Amino acid sequence: MIDMDDLLSIAGKSYHSRLLVGTGKYRDFAETRAAVEVSGAQIVTVAIRRTNIGQHPNEPNLLDVLPPEKFTLLPNTAGCYTAMDAVRTLRLARELLDGHSLVKLEVLGDQQTLFPDVVATLEAAKLLVKEDFQVMVYTSDDPIVARQLEDIGCVAIMPLASLIGSGMGILNPWNLQIIIENAHVPVLVDAGVGTASDATIAMELGCDGVLMNSAIAGARNPTLMAQAMRKAVEAGREAYLAGRMPRKTYQASPSSPTEGMLDTLEIPIIK
Amino acid sequence: MQLVINGQSQCFDNVNSVLQLLESLSLQDKRIAVECNGEIIPRSTFPSHLLTDGDQLEIIVAVGGG
Repeated sequence: MIDMDDLLSIAGKSYHSRLLVGTGKYRDFAETRAAVEVSGAQIVTVAIRRTNIGQHPNEPNLLDVLPPEKFTLLPNTAGCYTAMDAVRTLRLARELLDGHSLVKLEVLGDQQTLFPDVVATLEAAKLLVKEDFQVMVYTSDDPIVARQLEDIGCVAIMPLASLIGSGMGILNPWNLQIIIENAHVPVLVDAGVGTASDATIAMELGCDGVLMNSAIAGARNPTLMAQAMRKAVEAGREAYLAGRMPRKTYQASPSSPTEGMLDTLEIPIIK
Repeated sequence: MQLVINGQSQCFDNVNSVLQLLESLSLQDKRIAVECNGEIIPRSTFPSHLLTDGDQLEIIVAVGGG
């Protein structure tokens, strides 16, 4: 049974789901909506782009599929390579979403790896916090940068587990652990999760949540993977709260009683 | 009037305000946001914000992303 009091609190708002999902790379809006519903995610990321001018006037709109009344939409700055581009994008997003100020900041530094430019990210975070945005920030798994982003006033730190869209899983659990242990705001793994066990490992480490897109959208059956991810995040969270048994290196310990064993027979019983 | 919209230069007749521009593009009821010359144009001022020749506008929507 899920503990209904174990809530994820971000910027003063509480969420039952610790799984945050993106909405990119789906075949169509119906598939997006189905996967998001099944994932149980309450926070859903969206990107901000130029609208088509005049080409498809009746094109469906993502906000009709994922109404802001039902989901906490998290506009991102994907594709931004400068602090100013990121700030500009999020100002537009805030206007689009009627003053909604919870945002996902990412400032990229390299087109090949999509590694974050942490210097530009710090600069953008400062500007956004000054403008009263509530900033959930994508960053590298550098504990010092994570601390600096928290000091600036970011409401959640979101280190990568591995490269965006790579599905390579949790490559440096030790750094994530350092970030988690030192943070006073929620830490969410963002990027790199490939399958359910990756999400569970992140949660077992003590992450407050996991944000993913490609792992679900890129699965052969996205809706089924969305369900797997929901369970994986819940399982990892519960395992973390339960507290795992200590590891005993090279020392087995039987699970069954050692008392009450039969004596070894002296006579053969197998003919 | 010549306007640059989402990076493309276009000519408009009988367009003075942002609202009139959006109407001419059939975007007036859509979930969009508008920036003019780098400044956000609040939705409430679409009728009153007047455009001038050469203005650079961005009209954005939310799309799928991670």
